[in-house]
Amino acid sequence: MNPVFWILAVLTVIGALAAVTLKNTVHCALAVTVAFAGLALFYLQLDAQFAGFAQILIYIGAVAILVVFAILLTRGSETPRTGLFSRSWFAGMTIAAAVFAVLGWAVIQSAHVLPHESAAPAVDVNQIGNALLNRYVLPLEIIALLLTAALIGAVIVAMHEKGESK
Amino acid sequence: MVSTLDQIFVLLKHWIVGQLPAGLQSFAGVLLSVVCIIAVFPALFAISVLLERKGLGRMQNRLGPNRVGPYGILQPVADGIKSLTKEDIVPVGADSVVHFLAPVSMVAIVFMGYAVLPMGRNMTLVHMDAALLFYFAMGASTELSVFMAGWSSRNKYSLLGAMRAVAQMISYEVPLLLSSVGVVMATGSLSLDKIVDVQNQYTFGLPHWFIFTPWGFASFVLFAIAATAETNRSPFDLPEGESELVAGYFTEYSGFKFAEFFLAEYVGMLSVSGLGTTLFLGGWSAPFAFLQFVPSWIWFFSKVMLSICVMIWLRGTLPRLRQDQLMNFAWKFVIPFTLLNLVDVAVWHFMGEGWARWIVCSAIVVIAYVVMGRAGMRRKNIAPRTYRYAE
Repeated sequence: MNPVFWILAVLTVIGALAAVTLKNTVHCALAVTVAFAGLALFYLQLDAQFAGFAQILIYIGAVAILVVFAILLTRGSETPRTGLFSRSWFAGMTIAAAVFAVLGWAVIQSAHVLPHESAAPAVDVNQIGNALLNRYVLPLEIIALLLTAALIGAVIVAMHEKGESK
Repeated sequence: MVSTLDQIFVLLKHWIVGQLPAGLQSFAGVLLSVVCIIAVFPALFAISVLLERKGLGRMQNRLGPNRVGPYGILQPVADGIKSLTKEDIVPVGADSVVHFLAPVSMVAIVFMGYAVLPMGRNMTLVHMDAALLFYFAMGASTELSVFMAGWSSRNKYSLLGAMRAVAQMISYEVPLLLSSVGVVMATGSLSLDKIVDVQNQYTFGLPHWFIFTPWGFASFVLFAIAATAETNRSPFDLPEGESELVAGYFTEYSGFKFAEFFLAEYVGMLSVSGLGTTLFLGGWSAPFAFLQFVPSWIWFFSKVMLSICVMIWLRGTLPRLRQDQLMNFAWKFVIPFTLLNLVDVAVWHFMGEGWARWIVCSAIVVIAYVVMGRAGMRRKNIAPRTYRYAE
């Protein structure tokens, strides 16, 4: 737990908190980007270069942009009249806490199951690529199929009907 | 002597760092390299702006700047002083924090890409295993700054420009990445140092640059198209089309903040030219074996400046695309072609040495180009242009 960890932790948590408490939706989107960046820096600090850069490329480069596009194309960035928090905030918080508890429990349990490693293994991109295309090729292909299906679905939803007069 | 000249900056850095106490040395080494990058590329930015204004002037049959200094060569200095002394205007309706953060984050992110570019033998700031991925991660982050600039100005031209810019950058990022993946497949590494090393070999005095292979040539052309679009340069300069959007996403910026956007645009151009040079034009390696005595950094920077000249030339030559043409071109021609090109790289790799692979791979590229070009043109009615003159 070195100072770098604490700086990143504070940055990420502040970004995440700002994302749910700020009034302007676009500000929220920008704040959540800060949280994404903090997470990416965490991965880099743990020597996971590939995961860290992929996080920046996908979450900051694509997901954040998608979020702001969605905000701008739907209803503008003003706060709705019903107030900042939805009425079911308590249920939402309970579900979030439950998910967090399950994940935390799983992570803590896994430390006993896995063999204790004295040093972090040095993993380079080459090994990740080999693992993805040899051992984990089936999950990779299934994800690819899912994404292709999503893409085709999006195109069909956006496409004009042939008979439609426009 | 030759190797001293080649390594002169590396030796100089070691000498300066050696003068300092041991505790500071690693920090000072990094700091020195960063300062060099931050000093050299803005200087090149000034040179390229002048080159662009003079060159475009020539192409458009006018003189270009010729009042400040002999032949106007001090124009960038005058521009710099002007932008520093101008008033910094923030519109009343603007979101002042985001308005301020947008140019700052943009410049900071654009400079990050240089950390992994090999600018000469042993002249890479950070030797990274996933250098190419790092570069693209940084390149993708600039989109958010563009959006921030356009949205925070609260001006419809700014917002329209930002939306156009972001849509264009997202669309052309895919071919930019996919055209680079071919090089990664051929070298088996994401490290830019390794990619240059593979290209730094000679057969009969000719280099093994990737642009001199059929798939590499196709990749390079696609990369150049995508990079031009990614940097919002003409003919893909819709986001800042002066005739439609005033200046696009930085309409509401003045003074030094405007200069920061301008700097970021040109530094981004230099950076993406550097990446193209590294991936396809052999980085710092010499174009002929007998020219290897020339220092490596001279080759890198001359290749980058040559790419800049080509970009200026393109700007002076081509008209601006329309939005639908831009998107159709990206999604219906460039991306399918890059995907096909990946197959071509695989064929090249598995056919092994010999003449056969040259013929097969060239045939794939040419046939793909002809078929896809014809298919794209089929539905359009292309006939001799007819004119109707006013009576």
